[in-house]
Amino acid sequence: MNWQLPLMLAQTNDSNLENLRERTEAISMQGTTVPDSSLIREGTSNPFATEYWFPTQASSFAGEVDFLYMSIFWISLVFFVAIIGAMVYFCVKYRRKDGVIAPEPSSSHNTAIEILWSVLPSIILVWIFYVGAETWFEMRIPKENAEEIQVTAKQFGWLFTYEDGDQTNELHLVRDKPVRLIMQSEDVLHSFFVAAFRQKMDIVPGRYTYAYFEPIKDGVYRLSCNEYCGTGHSKMKTACIVHTSEEDRKNNTKWIEAEKTPFENGQRIYQIHCSGCHKVDGQAATGPALNLIWGENEKMIDGTTELVNEDYVLDSIWYPEKHIVEGYGPVSKMNSFKGILDQKDVDYVIAYLKELKEQSGDAK
Amino acid sequence: MVDASTRQKLFGTPETNFLNCSKGWKSWAFTLDHKRIGIMYLIGVTVALFLAGVFALVLRSHLFTFDSTMLSDDMYNQMFTLHGAVMVFSFIIPSIPAALGNIVLPMMLGAKDVAFPRMNLASFYLWIIGTGCLLLAILSGKGLDTGWTFYTPYSIDTNTGVIYATFGAFILGFSSIFTGLNFLVTVNTMRSKDQGWFKLPLFVWSLYATAIIQVLATPVLGITLLMLIAEKTLHIGIFDPKYGGDPVLFQHFFWFYSHPAVYIMILPAMGVISELISVYSQKRIFGYSFIAFSSVAIALLGFLVWGHHMFTSGQSLVVTLIFSAITFTVAIPSAVKVFNWLATLYKGSILLNTPMCYALSFIFLFGIGGLTGLFLGALSTDIHLHDTYFVVAHFHFVMVGGTLTALLGGVFHWWPKIWGRMYNDFLGRVGCFLVFSGFNLTFFPQFVMGSRGMPRRYASYDPEFQIFHQLSTVGAFVLGIGILLSFVVLVYAALRGPRCSSNPFRAASLEWQSSSPPDFHNFLQTPVLTDPYDFESQVYDEELDTYIPREFANPDKVAPRKEPVHH
Repeated sequence: MNWQLPLMLAQTNDSNLENLRERTEAISMQGTTVPDSSLIREGTSNPFATEYWFPTQASSFAGEVDFLYMSIFWISLVFFVAIIGAMVYFCVKYRRKDGVIAPEPSSSHNTAIEILWSVLPSIILVWIFYVGAETWFEMRIPKENAEEIQVTAKQFGWLFTYEDGDQTNELHLVRDKPVRLIMQSEDVLHSFFVAAFRQKMDIVPGRYTYAYFEPIKDGVYRLSCNEYCGTGHSKMKTACIVHTSEEDRKNNTKWIEAEKTPFENGQRIYQIHCSGCHKVDGQAATGPALNLIWGENEKMIDGTTELVNEDYVLDSIWYPEKHIVEGYGPVSKMNSFKGILDQKDVDYVIAYLKELKEQSGDAK
Repeated sequence: MVDASTRQKLFGTPETNFLNCSKGWKSWAFTLDHKRIGIMYLIGVTVALFLAGVFALVLRSHLFTFDSTMLSDDMYNQMFTLHGAVMVFSFIIPSIPAALGNIVLPMMLGAKDVAFPRMNLASFYLWIIGTGCLLLAILSGKGLDTGWTFYTPYSIDTNTGVIYATFGAFILGFSSIFTGLNFLVTVNTMRSKDQGWFKLPLFVWSLYATAIIQVLATPVLGITLLMLIAEKTLHIGIFDPKYGGDPVLFQHFFWFYSHPAVYIMILPAMGVISELISVYSQKRIFGYSFIAFSSVAIALLGFLVWGHHMFTSGQSLVVTLIFSAITFTVAIPSAVKVFNWLATLYKGSILLNTPMCYALSFIFLFGIGGLTGLFLGALSTDIHLHDTYFVVAHFHFVMVGGTLTALLGGVFHWWPKIWGRMYNDFLGRVGCFLVFSGFNLTFFPQFVMGSRGMPRRYASYDPEFQIFHQLSTVGAFVLGIGILLSFVVLVYAALRGPRCSSNPFRAASLEWQSSSPPDFHNFLQTPVLTDPYDFESQVYDEELDTYIPREFANPDKVAPRKEPVHH
């Protein structure tokens, strides 16, 4: 999936409103659709098979994680069947017979058996601990040739910055290239989780945390926020795409402003910085929807009305506390982007909003 | 030599008992009787269970479809938070100790009451006030959306009723501490003459071990919550990185209490199961001293494993390894209990009535809960499973499949003693079946969702998980119906059930030597000290249709013992 596709959809001359929604949704969902993990798993309905319990094994240590899980599964199953089997058997065999309340005398302690059933399980547990720790070292200690990607998490979106400075909000990786993520949060706790990689690490404001893995399989995987972070926690998902080659990845991460139209540049800024809280499908979210807002007279929380023009957009981005739309108060939930988006960036956003509005006009 | 009229006086249905000896709301509101306090606690925690249960049904209904709009995301977040907070602080932690324990513990010691009856009443009122304060978060209109764990910095930033809720939990903490302190002193000082530690029922051992945890761990939570309030209001800079604080420090403080707290939840439950299994097999519990010591071991080891909730928090490699290793050690005493219960069933004389069905249900459900803990204790698998539905399923198996199941079993078991009336056993077992099957349907699919990558605390999710969520939602309603049915059976029995005798099931612990219901003073004369698992010490008396100690029986009608008295 490259950046071209949503733009192609956006430029289609289609007056169907339904179609517009689909197109804007494809754009606002940060681009890529993540397929069911069952479609990219070897897929089975047999609960005794590894594949039943897990997404595809997309990282170098996923297989080991799954192996330990299934080992514990089988050990547990054997013990559980034995315990419940014994329980049911005893309840049937020793069920109280009419009128005879007292059982036959039998022993009520046996130190040897107590030791046996304490020591034998202990040995199994030591093994489980050891295997778990061994794989975990692989999951925590990066290889020397790992590339470093910066992860910035915020309520409620992701930003990835690559070694060459490119930025995206989906994570683009190269197969067989180990990666070390250096992660920071702009606000509260978040957590990086890609189930297909079996890797997870919290993102803690005020410090850096690290996650490491080596992707071994091409594909598109779900990347979810895994530490509750507020209203949009369930929506804080994006895609992790593993490319076959470095070149293929570069085509997807590079962005040369001068080669793109203002609309495309504005759309990209929207996706990276705004899409977490503002939708373009008409739905209100943490912030107002943006697809129809250009040129409208918006009602503010103090009862006044503001025209959404260039100046309004600049104010909203740099000084968000100035204009709070009715229903989104009492205080602004939006941080200022002054210092992050310069006036040129604001121009691009204005171009984007204008054209979104025009497209919806075509659709009427 | 004891005559028939004495037997009737001691063990027959009494005219005056602790329920009717004084009337009017004040005689309950200001009572010092541990039995009445226990009943008030039982009513209170049942209300909390139903309220938090409704929140659960609401959120499970919302989750029926993957992109449901039944609730807004904010409202969903509030539902799971309030469900967790009310269940943990107002229901599960007090449930068995404060409701069942209060009623039964002093009587198991042959005592008239707990060591500090006024502190006991105070503990109940603290529960009322604490729960009220927690509910103020809702009643004030602010709600609560932090998760029951109150992680920072979100709990600092959010405008919801965090201060009401944490202050409520703080007060509830004192309720718990007072109960624990009371029980420690009661067991230490008020045992019957010659009733040594190894002549105590295992329920007493479990309450004692629990009380140690309540007294030592709860203050840490109290201080932590006060610090959170201080951070929110005064910006003292301990948890908020904006002021130089460390968000992970909150997690350490929080889990230092909250992990031992789960042993507060499960140890008394295991104590109840020991009583049920032995009485309904009519066999001395197998491995008594191993079970007794395992309770203490679990209580102590439970203080050393809190970091296993934080393997992905960014804590150091070294402590992560240590916490994982010690976590595995806690598994062994729990497994030992399960094996000993099974050995008790072996060659027993097993009665499959309602309490016993709950006890067997416990072994099944706690078995799964405990075994799934192994996946979470191991480091490589935990990284994948942490904060997914796998964890949600695991802790519900141990808390609901464990504690709630044992609570229901214990309530049914001691219900005839409290009210002098018998429950409808058939309907009781139907309720148990609905609870068991509803519970499994609700939570087993969640293991699969979790390992497949479904995160917890999500209001909407990827479509592939929908079928599991739908099974889970249906199960939740079946579970709810089962609990409701059990509640109806119990209330009906208390009010209109057929009269029953002082010891219908031939139990041997001392509380069964009182009448049903017991006298205000518990015992009309000092009970005969029997070993609590020496069932042959109790013989059948035809006139009273109950089991009484040999010493009180008509010697002409008593068969000799098959086994000598156990030493």
